[in-house]
Formats: sequence, C-alpha cells, structure tokens
Amino acid sequence: MISFPIIRVVSKLLIPYILLFAFYVQFHGDFGPGGGFQAGVIFASALILYGLVFGVAAIKRVAPPIAIEKMIALGLLMYAGTGVATMLLGGNFLDYDVLKHGLFPDQHILPEGQHLGIFVVELGVGITVSAVMTMIFYAFTSREIAK
Amino acid sequence: MMDIIVLPILTLLALTAVTVARIRNLWAAVMFTGIYSFLSASWMLILDAPDVAFTEAAVGAGISTVLMLSTLALTGRKEKPPSKSPVIGLFVVIVTGGALVYGTMDMPFYGDPHAPAHEYPQPSFVEKSQPDMHGLPNVVTAVLASYRGYDTLGETAVIFTAGIAVLLILRRPKEDDELEEEAVA
Repeated sequence: MISFPIIRVVSKLLIPYILLFAFYVQFHGDFGPGGGFQAGVIFASALILYGLVFGVAAIKRVAPPIAIEKMIALGLLMYAGTGVATMLLGGNFLDYDVLKHGLFPDQHILPEGQHLGIFVVELGVGITVSAVMTMIFYAFTSREIAK
Repeated sequence: MMDIIVLPILTLLALTAVTVARIRNLWAAVMFTGIYSFLSASWMLILDAPDVAFTEAAVGAGISTVLMLSTLALTGRKEKPPSKSPVIGLFVVIVTGGALVYGTMDMPFYGDPHAPAHEYPQPSFVEKSQPDMHGLPNVVTAVLASYRGYDTLGETAVIFTAGIAVLLILRRPKEDDELEEEAVA
C-alpha cells in the first residue's frame, strides 16, 4: 500500500500519536481509564498499521520477530516475578504493600507500595499483550508469503 | 436528548448484524464486522466504559479485521451457498434468542441503584481502595491489578498460552525460511 500517497502520509502522521496514546493509556491507567491490556492492543495496532502500509519487511526491521517472541514471555515473567519478589520481601504472593524502597520519600517521584506493584504488573500485561498481537500478525503474514 | 444518539447506534448495530449474516461476499462481511465493532465501541462509550471502548476499537475493528482479511487471502473470498435447509438453524436461533430475552426479564434496569452489582462488592471497594491503595484514584485498576491480581495473572497467562498456540500452529519451520533466503540469494 506504500504506493497510495494519502494512505502513506496519513498513516505516517498518525502512527506516532497512536503509539503515544498507547503509552498514555499504559502509564496513566492508574489515574484514568485504561491499563495494560488496552495499551497493549493499541500499541500492537499501531505496529500492524505500519506493517500493512509499509510492508512486512519494514515492520520486521522495527520490531524483529526474535525480540517480540521473547517479549511474550517477558511480560508474563514481569507479572509473576512481582509476585515472587513480594514473597521474597516477606509478604504474600502479589501483596504489593511490601514493595518499599525509601528513595525520595517526600517528593513522590518514584511510586511505592501498591502503586509500584500495579505499575509493574500492568506494564507486564501490556508487554505480553502487544507482543502476542504482533506475533500473531507475523504468523499470518508469513503464511501468506508461503502460498 | 441521548435517544438521538442511542437509537441510531442500536438500529445500525442490528442492521449490520443482519447484513453480516446474509452477505455471501466474505471480504464485505469482514468489513461489516469492523463497522459493527466501531458501532459497539461508540455504544460502550455512551455506557461510560471508555476502556472497553478502546479495546473494542483496537481489537475488534483493528487487529481482528486484519487477521480475518489475511485469513481470507489464504482461503477464498466467497462463501459456499448453504446446502442444508435453514429451518433447523432458524429453530435453534429462535429458541436461543427467546431464552436470552427471557433471561433479561430478571435483570435489573440500566442504572438501577439497587442492582446487585451496585449493592454488593462495589461500595466496599470504593470505600476501601483510597486508604488501601494510598490514594490511587482509579478503582477499576486497583480491583484488576491488586485486589484481583491473581485473576489478572491468570488472564495474562491465557493470552501467553493463546499466542504460543497460534505460533505453534501457524509458524513455518525455520528451515523453510533459510532455504528460501538461500534461493533468493
């Protein structure tokens, strides 16, 4: 579809904003509507739009399948790892109250406790979801070439 | 005032659903399912569920439409005319639909303050979550990621498993790729 100027220009203009919106939904999910799953699918749809317009070879340069494959497991590991970390720190599995670091206690620069736990866990969900969606797209398109 | 927006959206939803069921050209049917997803996303926005609307727009209208289209590229674009008589299908649909409509009779009205969903767990979570979460304002996120953290971990594992399963079924063996690259070179 790279030969259609309108599609090429409009998607090139929109993709950065879709990605930015995905990050907004991800990291602002504690305060506004949204969260890991929503952010993951929005991020993946931006990648897939890029792949549709500029070709599968271009998207595979941006998001190499080997890295995406690892990210599927990385997100789930981040989630489960948070649970293991809270256990090692003396709490229950996924009991975020024990996640305390004591850095800059007054300024609220770094989230702590429940907030930090939810942040990491949602990030894990987002990584897994966007990687799975992108990987399924790769799986389908690689079949198409095989035809 | 809301009726001006709500009624056309619901009418269009019903019309789109009937069109998807009747149309024989599968490309057009996939496009209509995308339209259906956008309409339901607008409908969910009216119901004050913007996060569900994001998901519906991104997954339903975006990703799944692309996946359906790439599946059609591998198979065919025409649906075979049905060989069996449609009476049995019609009967099943009418019975199921009747049972569903009968089920809605017991449901509380939309926005009913005494609906079980508003009476039982929510007020306690809304009251508890401010002190529990140290001022994290979004109760939905608090419930999903903290109070019900095990469930969300399970859901993430489901997505992980689904992704791995799709890869196992669809991905070509690695040797094919390498052979092809060698042939191109």
